[in-house]
Amino acid sequence: MPSLGADMDAGRLLEWYVKPGDSVKRGDIVALVDTDKAAIEVEIFDDGVIGDLLVPPGETVPVGTPLATVLPAGTVVEAAAQAGPAETAAVEPASVETASVEAAPVEAAPVEPAGTPAKAAPPPAAAPPHAAEAAPEPIPESPAARPQATPAARNHARVLGIDLAEVTGSGKHGVITCQDVDAAAKVAEAAVAEAASREVERPAAPTGAAPTPAPPRPAPAARAPAPAAGPAVAEPPAVHVRASPLARRLAAEFDVELAAVTGTGPAGAVTEDDVRAAAGAVPSAPGTSRTPAEVAALSGAGPTGPTIPEAPEPRPSEPGDQRYAAMRRAIAAAMSKSKREIPHYYLSLNVDMTRALAWLEAANLERPITGRLLPAVLVLKATALAARDVPDVNGFYLEDGFHPSEAVHLGVGISLRQGGLIAPAIHDADQKDLDALMTDLRDLVKRTRNLQLRSSELSDATMTTTNLGDQGVESVFGIIYPPQVALVGYGRILERPWAENGMLAVRKQMHLTLAADHRASDGHRGGLFLTAISDHLQHPEEL
Amino acid sequence: MKAPIASESQLRELVIELLSHIAPEVDAGGIDPDKSIQDQLDIDSIDFLNFIMAVHEKTAIDVPERDYAKVATLNDCVRYLAAKAG
Repeated sequence: MPSLGADMDAGRLLEWYVKPGDSVKRGDIVALVDTDKAAIEVEIFDDGVIGDLLVPPGETVPVGTPLATVLPAGTVVEAAAQAGPAETAAVEPASVETASVEAAPVEAAPVEPAGTPAKAAPPPAAAPPHAAEAAPEPIPESPAARPQATPAARNHARVLGIDLAEVTGSGKHGVITCQDVDAAAKVAEAAVAEAASREVERPAAPTGAAPTPAPPRPAPAARAPAPAAGPAVAEPPAVHVRASPLARRLAAEFDVELAAVTGTGPAGAVTEDDVRAAAGAVPSAPGTSRTPAEVAALSGAGPTGPTIPEAPEPRPSEPGDQRYAAMRRAIAAAMSKSKREIPHYYLSLNVDMTRALAWLEAANLERPITGRLLPAVLVLKATALAARDVPDVNGFYLEDGFHPSEAVHLGVGISLRQGGLIAPAIHDADQKDLDALMTDLRDLVKRTRNLQLRSSELSDATMTTTNLGDQGVESVFGIIYPPQVALVGYGRILERPWAENGMLAVRKQMHLTLAADHRASDGHRGGLFLTAISDHLQHPEEL
Repeated sequence: MKAPIASESQLRELVIELLSHIAPEVDAGGIDPDKSIQDQLDIDSIDFLNFIMAVHEKTAIDVPERDYAKVATLNDCVRYLAAKAG
C-alpha cells in the first residue's frame, strides 16, 4: 500500500485492474485504492508480470503492506501459463465478493446471478465487467457495456440517447443510476461542448515525441513483453526486498530498482545510502512524466484501454458528507503534523507582473480560445525554474535530513467545490512548455474535482503551490505539506503604486510568498528563491 | 445593444445553462444578474476560461481577455453577447 500523502496511514483496496499472469509496465494503473481524500489509481513502479494479488478488494491495510508480487518480466510466458489458472482460483473469492457488493445496486452484467458456482470457475470469471476490465486483451464488447449501471439506467439512457460512458455514476462504486442519466441528459449539450474542448485540449499536449529527456515512463499501450529485467518491484516493492521506507521513497524518487540494490542494512535491508550509491551510478531520472499515450490510455482512447476504467466516471465510494468529513480529518492530521514538526519561516516579495501580463495578452491574442493561457501558468513555470536555481526548497525532509530533488514536481493546491483541498503534482514542471503546463493544469483541475487522481500525482510533489488570487486574497502564508520543505503562495494580481527611480507609477503586481522549512534552508536561500521567481517573470518570453 | 429581445432571453438561458454545468451545485438561475458571476458561483479562473470556451463553442463568439470585465455579471454578459451576435 503506497503512502499517498503524509496524512495517510492505511488504504482500502477497492479494485484490481490486473490479475496474476498479466504483464505490466512501469506506470500502468493496476489498482484502485480508497484513501480519506479520494479513490486513487495506483500505478506500478516497475515492469514485470503480476504474481500474487496479496490483498483482496474491500480490505483495508496499513501503508507499506505489500499488495502484490511482481515477477521478472522475462518469465512472461511461463508465469502467465502457470500462475494464470492456478492463481485465478485463489483470487476468485475476492472477485466474487466485489461482484456481490456491486450486485446490490443491481449490476448490469449479462451473467449476473451473484455468487453462482459458474462464477468461481475460471472461464466465466472473465464475464463480470470488472474482471473484463482487468483482462489484458481488448474485449470485443461494445464500450458502452463497460460502465457499470443499473439495468433501468441502461434502458433510460438508451431511450434518451445518452452514452453511458459519458455519465457520472453517483451510486456505490460509481454505478450509474437513473438520476445520473437524467442529469446527463440535462447537461448533454454542455457536455458536448466540454467534449469538444477536451478534444482540442489534447492535441495541445506534448503529443508525438515524449518530451521527457530522461527515460520516460513506458506507455501502458505498449503491452508487449517487457525487456527482461531483474526481479521486479511492485508497488509497493516486492515482498522479498527488505528496505526502509526512506530507501523505498528514494528509490522511487531516483528511479532505482530496489531489487537490484545490494542491501547493507540489518538483515541485508536496503538502506538510504545503498539507494543513493545505486542512484549515483544511474543518473536520477524524472521518469514520472505522463506520456501522451498514457494520457490517451487513461481516457480509454488507447488501443489497450480495457485495463483502465472509463475516464469520465468519478468513483466516489462514500457519500459526499462522509467523504468531506474524512478529508477534513486528513487535512487536519497533515497540517497538525506540519505545524508540530516543521519550523516554518515566511517571506514575501512584491512582484511586478506588468511585463508578464503584457506578454501573455499578446500571446493569447494569437491563440485560439482553447489554447489560451492563464497567468497562473506563467507563475508556475517561473516557480519550477526557480526551484532548479535554488534547490534548497525543493525536495523532502526525512528523519536523516533534507533530500533535495532533482526533478521538480509542482504540487498545485486545488479546492474542491464540495469543500476540501487536494494538491496533486504536475510532473517535471520545469521541463514543460507553457502550453503543456496549461493542458496539464486544466486536466489536473478537472480530474481532481472528479476525484480521479493517480498515485504518483499524490505522492510525488516536491514542492506545493497555492493560488488564492481568484478569491481576492493578497498574500497567502501557507503551511508546508510534509515531508516537503516549501509552500509557495500566489496572491491576487492587482494594480498598485510602484515607485522607481524617484517616480511613481501604477503597475500590476502580485504578492509572492514562501513558507519554508528552516531545517532545510535559511531565509537567505529562501529569499534567493523568491527573487529567482520574480526574475523569471520579467522574461516571460523565455518561460 | 440593438439585439432583439428574443435573442437576449435565449442568450440568458444559454449562459445560465453553461454556468450551471461549471458550478453544478449552485442554482445558477438564482444568481443576482447585476453582481459578479465569479463571486457568486465561486468559480476560479480556470472555471471562467472553461465558461468562455463553452460560450465560444455554442455561439462562435470569442470573448477576448481584455473584455472579461464586460462579461462579469449576468446582465453584462448577455448584453455583450447580444451585441456581438447582432
